Amino acid sequence: MAAQSQFTSQLKRYYSLYTGGVIGFVVLLSILEQMGVPNQTLGYIFLGVTVSLYAGIGILSKTSDVSEYYVAGRRVPALFNGMATAADWMSAASFIGLAGTLYISGYDGLAFVMGWTGGYCLVALFLAPYLRKFGQYTVPDFLGARYGGDGPRMIGVFAAILCSFTYVIAQIYGLGLIVSRFTGLDFGVGVFVGLGSILFCSFLGGMRAVTWTQVSQYVILIVAYMIPVIWLSVKHTGNPVPQIAYGYVLEQVTAREKVLNDADTPDGAREAEVRGILKQRQTDTEARLRALDAGGENYLAAERSRLAGQVAELRKRHAADDEIADAEQALGAFPQDVAAAKNAWRAEAEADRLKSSPIAAHAEPYAGPDEETRDNKRKNFLALVFCLMVGTAALPHILMRFYTTTSVKEARLSVFWSLLFISLLYLTAPALAVLAKYDVYTLLVGSSFSELPSWVSAWASVDKALMNVSDINRDGIVQLAEVTIGGDLIVLATPEIAGLPYVVTALVAAGGLAAALSTADGLMLTIANALSHDVYYKMIDPKAPTGRRLAISKGLLLVVAVCAAYVTALKPGDILFMVGAAFSLAGSAFFPALVLGIFWKRANKAGAIAGMVSGLSVCMIYMYITYPFFGVNAPLWWDINPISAGIFGIPMGFVGVIIGSVLSRPPTAKVQALVDYVRYPNIAGDEGRSAS
Amino acid sequence: MQAGERHRRYWRSNLRMTGALLAIWFVATFVVSWFARELQTLTVLGFPFPFFMAAQGALLIYLLLVAFYAWRMGKLDEEYGVGEDA
Repeated sequence: MAAQSQFTSQLKRYYSLYTGGVIGFVVLLSILEQMGVPNQTLGYIFLGVTVSLYAGIGILSKTSDVSEYYVAGRRVPALFNGMATAADWMSAASFIGLAGTLYISGYDGLAFVMGWTGGYCLVALFLAPYLRKFGQYTVPDFLGARYGGDGPRMIGVFAAILCSFTYVIAQIYGLGLIVSRFTGLDFGVGVFVGLGSILFCSFLGGMRAVTWTQVSQYVILIVAYMIPVIWLSVKHTGNPVPQIAYGYVLEQVTAREKVLNDADTPDGAREAEVRGILKQRQTDTEARLRALDAGGENYLAAERSRLAGQVAELRKRHAADDEIADAEQALGAFPQDVAAAKNAWRAEAEADRLKSSPIAAHAEPYAGPDEETRDNKRKNFLALVFCLMVGTAALPHILMRFYTTTSVKEARLSVFWSLLFISLLYLTAPALAVLAKYDVYTLLVGSSFSELPSWVSAWASVDKALMNVSDINRDGIVQLAEVTIGGDLIVLATPEIAGLPYVVTALVAAGGLAAALSTADGLMLTIANALSHDVYYKMIDPKAPTGRRLAISKGLLLVVAVCAAYVTALKPGDILFMVGAAFSLAGSAFFPALVLGIFWKRANKAGAIAGMVSGLSVCMIYMYITYPFFGVNAPLWWDINPISAGIFGIPMGFVGVIIGSVLSRPPTAKVQALVDYVRYPNIAGDEGRSAS
Repeated sequence: MQAGERHRRYWRSNLRMTGALLAIWFVATFVVSWFARELQTLTVLGFPFPFFMAAQGALLIYLLLVAFYAWRMGKLDEEYGVGEDA
């Protein structure tokens, strides 16, 4: 006990010093910036220093002790486990994507905020204390011990790898984007730089190294997220607590939305004019699509030569340079074949349709033109919240963290700390979205094209998908319908919107990197441990000596990393869908079997196998037949989007466990005793076993 | 090492509390979201009530809920003598 409290106070001292060091480092770099060090160099220094810091902690924590390697010696204090869990939890999608999603979808995006926090109630009430009492190394460990035999463990390993791998791809993808954007390196190189530092952290020290790097990554990511938002809040409201201040900003945004949607006001009339042009464009594109369906290749060739003719014609009469440039660009981007043309024009028509409709009110839940659309949105909102919550309480890399605390009591407490540290960011993201929207609606809209705010022109020159303004009605003034903003821009550009120096932009990039690295760390370790501990040690060679077990785990980590990098380099699409899919898959596979294993003594092996297999299959089949990427495009069930496939998989899992268990013999007395052992933090005669 | 009557009572109190907290969780999350459009006219701190709940209120409730559970279970462990230091 005394040793543990000394350890805790030592940790507090180290990490206070570390936090001070981080702030000092930022101050130092801003002085360098004032002295005229170029931005590119500052970006390199920032990424280089933070990444080598994580690697340094990784090297310091190297270990060859099994308990240290798999569960950090089970002596992580609740507070620090909370920070590590928070970093493990908040991925690139939370850090960079969330505020953007909220900016674009308003109230409906809050499904992610609730879903990604409320799940911790389920972790606290149903899993964390009991898994800690069970006290082994992995989630499949629990399935193996509770249900007996290799069947449930094997399915657990398969599901753990499936959802962790889906999730890790999304992280590495984010990693590659951040590194390449802020250092100018190629996307592929970015992926490998990021991966190298992940490996450094987890390769030598396993869970121990991952835990202590995650704590330091949490500090960086939360500081990086808060500074610009606080600044922006002071700028617009004079109040440094954005979470409280933005209610009134939201009122102003709502009022502004009404003005812009009302064609009787001068601003609204200009918006209506632009929307009219966009509507016309959409109708034109749709007409071209129909002509393409009828004429095929011939129509495409005719269109292409018409464009070429236009360019020549403009040149001949010496038209304005930008007019010629526009026409040339249109010709250069002209689709090569019929299939490409169809896709491109469909996307164009859809984008114009979206921009030509009135602005959806930010705070209005389930906005839609008719009752059916609104009901549909409500249904999908609730389904998504449910899947994200249950998935949270089933993702192996999160549950694994609760094995590392010193006791059951600490495990319960540590859920609280985790949720607190996570909520700091999740309470701030909606505020950021509203503050950024206020900036765009009041400062950007109505400004003149000749003097755009500097952040707008800076980002528009980097990436047209993130930021694009074009004077559609040629009146020289920016209308909202002329602005295209990509979700990821919000977090990345906040420091510039708030008028902060470049150092803060680099800090935000480092924060995003920390978020992606910490999550990827935890996930890769989960995959390697499932293979080395559950498959190799528990099923293939239970007599394997410690040294060989750890060597195999480290080797597998390398293999997993290379596979993940390879798949990521193929750029398999939509990050948000992959993240959502991982939650639905984890929820369907694990949650029913884990929870019933603790709360229902009658649950047995046949039930666990039936529940896990049926839950997982329903979830996978639904995704396969409905997600457009796979090309089946079957009709949706009750209009539920493929991302929420868990809404079918999770209940199916429960039904499977119950039916399978009732139809076969009850579990043995030994297994029932294990359930009792897990339920009570201390039960008479326990001491011998809890020493493990 | 078989669980006795005392243990069963402990477990029942635990289940009751788990059930009650889960009910709060359910109302704060799903019931409020279901009626979001109907509750739109209420205002809290300048926010429409459903927006406030989804962006902040529910999160604060989750935090309180988890904190209460950790505190209450600690007490319960001691009361029934099943705590780790017992």
